[in-house]
Amino acid sequence: MRDYWRINQQRLAPVLFLMPGLLMFVVYVVIPIFQSVNISFYAWDGLGEKEYVGIANYVELMDDEAFYTSIKNNVIWLVLYMLAIPAGLFVALFLNQNVRGIRIYKSLFFFPFVISQVVVGLVFSWFYDPSYGLFNKVLGFFGADPMAILADEDWVTYGIIIAGLWPQTAYCMILYLTGLNAVDSEQIEAARLDNAKGLKLLWYIILPQLRPATFIAMVVTIIGALRSFDLVSIMTNGGPWGSSRVLAFYMYEQAFSEYGFRMGYGAAIAVVLLAIMMIYIVGFLYKMYRDERGY
Amino acid sequence: MFPRPIEKATPPARALYKIALPIALIIWLLPLLAVALTSLRSQADILNGNYWGWPTSFNMLENYTAIFENTPIGQYIFNSFRVTIPTVIGAVALSCMTGFALAVYKFKGNLLLFFLFVAGNFVPFQILMVPVRDFTVNLGIYNTISGLALFHIAFQTGFCTLFMRNFIKALPFELIEAARVEGVSEIRIFWYVVLPLMKPAIAALSVLIFTFIWNDYFWATVLTQGADTQPITAGLKSLNGQWLSSWHLISAGSILAAMPPVIMFFLMQRHFIAGLTLGAVK
Repeated sequence: MRDYWRINQQRLAPVLFLMPGLLMFVVYVVIPIFQSVNISFYAWDGLGEKEYVGIANYVELMDDEAFYTSIKNNVIWLVLYMLAIPAGLFVALFLNQNVRGIRIYKSLFFFPFVISQVVVGLVFSWFYDPSYGLFNKVLGFFGADPMAILADEDWVTYGIIIAGLWPQTAYCMILYLTGLNAVDSEQIEAARLDNAKGLKLLWYIILPQLRPATFIAMVVTIIGALRSFDLVSIMTNGGPWGSSRVLAFYMYEQAFSEYGFRMGYGAAIAVVLLAIMMIYIVGFLYKMYRDERGY
Repeated sequence: MFPRPIEKATPPARALYKIALPIALIIWLLPLLAVALTSLRSQADILNGNYWGWPTSFNMLENYTAIFENTPIGQYIFNSFRVTIPTVIGAVALSCMTGFALAVYKFKGNLLLFFLFVAGNFVPFQILMVPVRDFTVNLGIYNTISGLALFHIAFQTGFCTLFMRNFIKALPFELIEAARVEGVSEIRIFWYVVLPLMKPAIAALSVLIFTFIWNDYFWATVLTQGADTQPITAGLKSLNGQWLSSWHLISAGSILAAMPPVIMFFLMQRHFIAGLTLGAVK
């Protein structure tokens, strides 16, 4: 037995080391993905018997107004969330100096990312409050009428996204600050000697060197946009009249909420969300694969 | 260094920059500062709509005592710790091993397994929600701290494995080879050669996971209910429903909920950022 181990340990050791982590991961993450896909072909209230309904859930989705609202909002989230990347770069450039106390400034600017989205949501609900929120004080200052952003079907999603951009910009900022630390100063000096300045220098010399930071910023921002659940749940609970729903939230609402437990229908929504996300996941894995081969 | 260092700018520009910094910071953190200030206000201020003026009195002690006395917020915070700490230990321990296995050994399917962890880490939570809840109910640990922590450990292992594997891969492989030549067993190599070198990665992941789990709201609502088990994020949401417009109390609760990750971040800032920006430079 001992000899068997000694001779084969290089083959056995990886199995041993992988087993606990892989087991947990397969049980809690990998298998449930397939189970969800399976459940999406059933009508099920979570307790009673499952009833096989084929693609009926997906057919129903095609005619579901709320589903289209959610998809539309997800697209708006995706597009507007991307603003966090240039905004983060802008803040990073602003803070990338060597003055006294700058490190404290950098950490304080990073603050919004460290706190929970629940707190961010509460803070912003209050900020938008029509009777005494700061947002309306500012509107009033400019002579505009107060607006109840979170109760307005047309504005509510934008209001929530702005709340989400606050921590996300902080995240992108920290990525760029780290990236800027590693920028090759000789290249910049050389470019400066050639009279490159300002935006031109930024575009042609700095940004290409920041590409790894931009890539990570894009990945986390896209994933963040598609995962948007917390803020919607805290700030509006999907309202008014379901106009701020996103797929992640709508799924939750269908699967367990006061409207009943439609697990199969919820699972079908989750599958659609996963399908959208797969585009990015596959892209990310493809890039990783190429990088691995590069070694 | 880009943009041009401010020391090289003209004195007025330098002065301008030094004034602009605190102003920009105050605007950036304005919503948070307002909440901090509101958590000190009196009921009268709230009733009179004095949200943005100077508080008429500072009621820090009253407000913060009030939320502890009248609500289960102490229990919520305690629950958060009970979920977060085991998750940090569990996920870091498991991923030290998986990361080691994937970084050091060449075997068939190595890259495939690695990609499985990476991809799993990116899937939307909703695709896991129904089966995980069902599984947790069947195990009889629905609405328990362990039920929530077990799921978190499993899910975070994906991200942690990505992190650990890349970290170990960057270590000098000669160390391991030298140990093998000496006849050191694989388990001892892991324990005595590699693990001591992983301290920075372990520190970085610990703070990061602490923050992620502390701030988790979705799984808290899916796998727990009621004040006995819910962590502070879910607790805050239900308190918000009860308090309606007692904004001074909601604010105090929010500040309390934000404290632990903020303290963690300040204590371990260097590690936190190292963890977060993994791969941002290369």
